[in-house]
Amino acid sequence: MAAPLTVVLIVAVTVRACLFRSSLADLIAERVEVVSPLNAWKRVVEGLALLDLGVSPYSGDVFHETPLIIYLFHFLVDYAEITFMVSSLSSHIVLYCLLLSLIVTSCCLFVDRYLLNPFTVLSCVAKSTCGLNNAIVALFILSTIKKNALLSAIFLALSTYQSIYPVTLCAPAVLYLLQRQYIPVNVRWASFWWFLLQYAFMYLGSLFVIICLSFFLLGSWDYLPSVYGFILSVPDLTPNIGLFWYFFAEMFEHFRLFFLCVFQINVFFYTIPLSIKLKEHPVFLIFMQLAVISIFKSYPTVGDIALYMSFLPVWSHLHRFLRNIFLVSCVLLACSALFPVLWHLWIYSGSANSNFYYAITLLFNVAQILLVSDYFYAFLRREHHLTYGLYLKRKDGSEATLVLK
Amino acid sequence: MAEQRFRVYVCVRVGACVCMCLGLCVWDATPPETTTTSAGAHPKDDFQEELVIRPLQSGDVYASFQFRTLWETDFMKGNKVSHYRLFPKSLGQVISKFSVRELHISFTQGYWRTMQWGQPFMPSPPGAELWVWFQDSVTDVDGTWKELTNVLSGIFCASLNFIDSTNTVQPSASFKPLGIGNVTDHRFLRYATLPREIVCTENLTPWKKLLPCGSKAGLAVLMKSEKLFHSSFHSQAVHIRPVCQDSECTTTSWELRQTLNVVFDLHTSGQGKREWSLFKMFSRTLTEACPLASSSKIYIDITDNPQGEQFELTPATHLLSQAVVLGDRRTFSVYDLTEANTFGSMRSLNLLIRWKSSDMLRPLLHAERYVAGYGLQTGEIHTLMYNYHPFRSFPILLLDSVPWYLRLYIHTLTVTSKGKDNKPSYIHYQPSKDRVRPHLLEMLVQLPPNSVTEVTVQFERALLKWTEYTPDPNHGFYVGSSVISALVPSMVAMDTNNTKERPLFSSFFPCKEESSYFVRIYTEPLLVNLPTPDFSMPYNVICLTCTVVAVGYGSLYNLLTRSFQIEEPNPRLAKRIANVIRRLRGVPPLA
Repeated sequence: MAAPLTVVLIVAVTVRACLFRSSLADLIAERVEVVSPLNAWKRVVEGLALLDLGVSPYSGDVFHETPLIIYLFHFLVDYAEITFMVSSLSSHIVLYCLLLSLIVTSCCLFVDRYLLNPFTVLSCVAKSTCGLNNAIVALFILSTIKKNALLSAIFLALSTYQSIYPVTLCAPAVLYLLQRQYIPVNVRWASFWWFLLQYAFMYLGSLFVIICLSFFLLGSWDYLPSVYGFILSVPDLTPNIGLFWYFFAEMFEHFRLFFLCVFQINVFFYTIPLSIKLKEHPVFLIFMQLAVISIFKSYPTVGDIALYMSFLPVWSHLHRFLRNIFLVSCVLLACSALFPVLWHLWIYSGSANSNFYYAITLLFNVAQILLVSDYFYAFLRREHHLTYGLYLKRKDGSEATLVLK
Repeated sequence: MAEQRFRVYVCVRVGACVCMCLGLCVWDATPPETTTTSAGAHPKDDFQEELVIRPLQSGDVYASFQFRTLWETDFMKGNKVSHYRLFPKSLGQVISKFSVRELHISFTQGYWRTMQWGQPFMPSPPGAELWVWFQDSVTDVDGTWKELTNVLSGIFCASLNFIDSTNTVQPSASFKPLGIGNVTDHRFLRYATLPREIVCTENLTPWKKLLPCGSKAGLAVLMKSEKLFHSSFHSQAVHIRPVCQDSECTTTSWELRQTLNVVFDLHTSGQGKREWSLFKMFSRTLTEACPLASSSKIYIDITDNPQGEQFELTPATHLLSQAVVLGDRRTFSVYDLTEANTFGSMRSLNLLIRWKSSDMLRPLLHAERYVAGYGLQTGEIHTLMYNYHPFRSFPILLLDSVPWYLRLYIHTLTVTSKGKDNKPSYIHYQPSKDRVRPHLLEMLVQLPPNSVTEVTVQFERALLKWTEYTPDPNHGFYVGSSVISALVPSMVAMDTNNTKERPLFSSFFPCKEESSYFVRIYTEPLLVNLPTPDFSMPYNVICLTCTVVAVGYGSLYNLLTRSFQIEEPNPRLAKRIANVIRRLRGVPPLA
């Protein structure tokens, strides 16, 4: 197993190094599909420049990173390319170890989808801090799988601190750790509550420590409205591959707050129902949650999509139950190709307008939703077959068809 | 008996009341000097008017009107000023109500071409510009500023109500007070421009009404709007500030200057002949000075014409005056309108300048600005500053106020002179906040002699909400002019005695030292396009996006709430109907 891993790492490093040195690096760093106002490298440099000028980076509306990122890049700004390459490689190694322990069958042919995924390559070459966020989420998942509750809580707190949405990953982490300790998920059991309390204490404690550390780094609470207020209230309407920007650009002022609340609740809303349905399968729950976050968050980029797509090989055994995989993959490929074309037509040629780019955004998100729900359907169907048998017969002996009722 | 006593009683009471009323009236009728606390009969006020006509090297004519009212009064103390004579009441009430220390407002149509016309006496940017210093007794400066802009909007019939926090800045170094006073806390300073503001007759009429003689007598009769707006450049301004009356500054008075600068184009109104007269320029001649003015003069710049070889000026005058202005000593022919013999036998004055044939002092400081880049995503602002002095370098203060929807990246700021990096010695940068305040960039740059300095900064264009676009979004969005303030080395010694009697056009900017003069230059405003959403689609967009979210919700809901079951096939329609009939008949159904 080590040989193919090394080969993949070498190929990935070569590809990234070539792209970093070419003129494509600046082009990719400006693409709106790859960077968003939250994680663009240009804005990190701008924040550091404002700090040098003696102005707080959060006094304007350009910089929306957390203070720990400022602290990190204060020392690493000259080695930025290496930092992002290292974080990309470490995410891949972590995911590799993860997938090795998770894969049901021995089919490991396409284990290395993370590094060679073009979305990941683009995200790394653009030096988007999404790569760092993905690395932290991957470490969190690995520590959960390795049954280390403290590390899992710390990494989850770090990734919640970076962007608010990973807080929904608390539920699958708790469920997985409960499962491994043979504690049934039942509100009447005292050990369930005791474990829940322990995990919540570790998580909230580390979150509190990180937030206070950020306060002491810059000496003010300015970063809270600049980072979390920005993520939740979506004031910046720069186009991206998500659904929020055009919706709020065309929203009637009277209803803005209402729809903002609806869209933000939509991200957190599926946690409890999915946890109830998938309480015996927390790993699949993690995948579903990551997918929901990546599709419905306020400023998605292709780096977020690469993270949940790298989990698909774990469920390669579901392929026989997938219904729309051909359609979905065709739509995803076509949309990825059309994004830069229609952007150029709108912004540079002036021969199209914003509706063209918006339409491709809609189609891309529908395709992603179809992909996720297709995998969910296949998973549930396989569970049904595991319980009731693979070849089902009707009462009269003929071959049965299964429907959802 | 009782009735009689009652009648007497009533008469006495009525008489007493009448006497009391008369006494009060008599008491009221005494002149105010004996009872009020103000010193003297009326506060002393003085009105001067002047017109300077300067023929320009390019063939255009520059006419600058200045009307100054000086009034020794105090708006700030407790007793409300109620007796206005020469000072306009609307402005006096504005000063006292909003605790204004200095107010400068200008409305300009057109752009001043420094390289063809030289330096103006009163610089102003295209559009409307307003900057105000408040007294330090004001507690809520932003609220007072908002009210002040609305009141001025009504006084000048202009849309100054568009001035709000998104285009107001507090410069920290650029706009120091031009009057007396030692308040330097820039919290009390506000500066805003509206580069889109158009100037027309509607703005000229209330401006003329502020003059003591209105437009009925004196130099103001020349201000006919159909001629004034048929020009290359038109700027009217009002400047209010407190000044010293004498060199020891024992008394202070309020100075109101109303200035009107206009540049007439030779070709649009000259029919090709190079000849100017007051009648041709203003379609009127002068018949009398304003009776309320203590001085009413016309100055014609004849520096380029010492022996009369370039042009001929009629009617001739023996009065000459010399003044040092903008770093140069100029000679002027003076016409004093308060003298009756200026008007001649026809009782009207029509100055005529006839050219005989046609080298202008090249201004030492000049600036240009433009937007570079392509597409609607990013761009770059380039500001070029030219220093034409052959051997002296001098520092300039550059003020840039960029609206929030062009997101500046200050780490891309570069300042180069002669191809080499030129680091500014002072940078004050205040980043913008979306929909609250604009960017403010102030820099002190040393310009090397005989060179071009280029300042570039990159920006990103934002997508706004559909309601934030103007009705003509593809016209573009304006960025106000940059302001360059500098002390330019002077060729001749400047006069530092600011209280000596001088023509008005040379006494506006106070002079602190002899070797340099203060100049303020405005660059062009910029017009920048932003990406626009489709304005016809709000309902469609809301429906389509909510549909996509509902598709996600629907699929997950189905998968979460339903379970797999074996499907029992439905019998065909014919069989079903047959079964229904059989059941009615009471016969067993088909299989």
